Amino acid sequence: MSTADLTAQYYDLNEHDHPEGGSTQLGFWIYLMSDCLIFAMLFAAFGVLGANYAAGPGPKDLFELPLVAVNTAMLLFSSITYGFAMIEMQRGRVGGVKFWLVVTALFGAAFLSIEMYEFSHLIADGATPQRSAFLSSFFTLVGTHGLHVTFGLVWLGVLLVQLSQHGLIEANRRRLLCLSMFWHFLDLVWVGVFTFVYLMGTLR
Amino acid sequence: MSAAHTDSHGDAHHDDAPHFSIRDYATGFFASVVLTAIPFWLVMTGALGDKTLTALVIAGFAVVQVIVHMIYFLHMNTKSQGGWNFLALMFTVILVGIVLSGSLWVMYHLNHNMMPMPHSMNELP
Repeated sequence: MSTADLTAQYYDLNEHDHPEGGSTQLGFWIYLMSDCLIFAMLFAAFGVLGANYAAGPGPKDLFELPLVAVNTAMLLFSSITYGFAMIEMQRGRVGGVKFWLVVTALFGAAFLSIEMYEFSHLIADGATPQRSAFLSSFFTLVGTHGLHVTFGLVWLGVLLVQLSQHGLIEANRRRLLCLSMFWHFLDLVWVGVFTFVYLMGTLR
Repeated sequence: MSAAHTDSHGDAHHDDAPHFSIRDYATGFFASVVLTAIPFWLVMTGALGDKTLTALVIAGFAVVQVIVHMIYFLHMNTKSQGGWNFLALMFTVILVGIVLSGSLWVMYHLNHNMMPMPHSMNELP
């Protein structure tokens, strides 16, 4: 049997044309699922270590639920405004997409600012990550989420530039779709954070 | 997409992009507001009295809200990308379940079995 025959046996030589980006959505979804596993590990670490205060401050002394509620609202608003951007994209209006992306970015920035404010207050009060296992796992979990939001904001900014330069081309639509999944996924993770970290911590 | 496209690849492009409707987003948004507000209210007022009951109820609200986000914001369904999206999701849900329940279970028992002895080190002279 010649090499050519063998090749033909094992490989699809007449592979059909794949549309560009046809599998991007699935690939990005699988990335999000792997990200989900990272957060699952961090949630598990917090679940195990969350009650080890090392005689330091606990959730009741540290968390301000009204502030967390405002933060949650910011992220939820940013989710719905991103949805409006997707609807404008569907209508083919690049101006509308850009407008709602900017609004989303503002809500995202507000979320991050509030989180930074909270963190700085905790650290000023001596509740640093080094203080106890509870605070280490708290800062790692909430910080990782905040880092994701930060990168989401960078992505939003880059997409705004790309939209300005190229308009709603097929590649930009695909990018908008991926960022949409990323952004809504972060909101979804935040549901776990405010429920299991802030609310249940305050209950303890 | 050309009409001559008869192979099994190819069609997974335009047809698979989810359809976005204001109604979906509005439904998801208002459901999320309610599902967020109730747990905060329960914890901040202590309306249920019992802490374990409150914890169980807010965990229930979180699960419902995650599903709401999946359906209305992430446009999840069992058909998108030929079902691979859903399969990946189910796989992840199972892994997350194993990681979370396994860690909590094992570490709880570890803590339990390593309770400080009555005469611990700090009491030694």
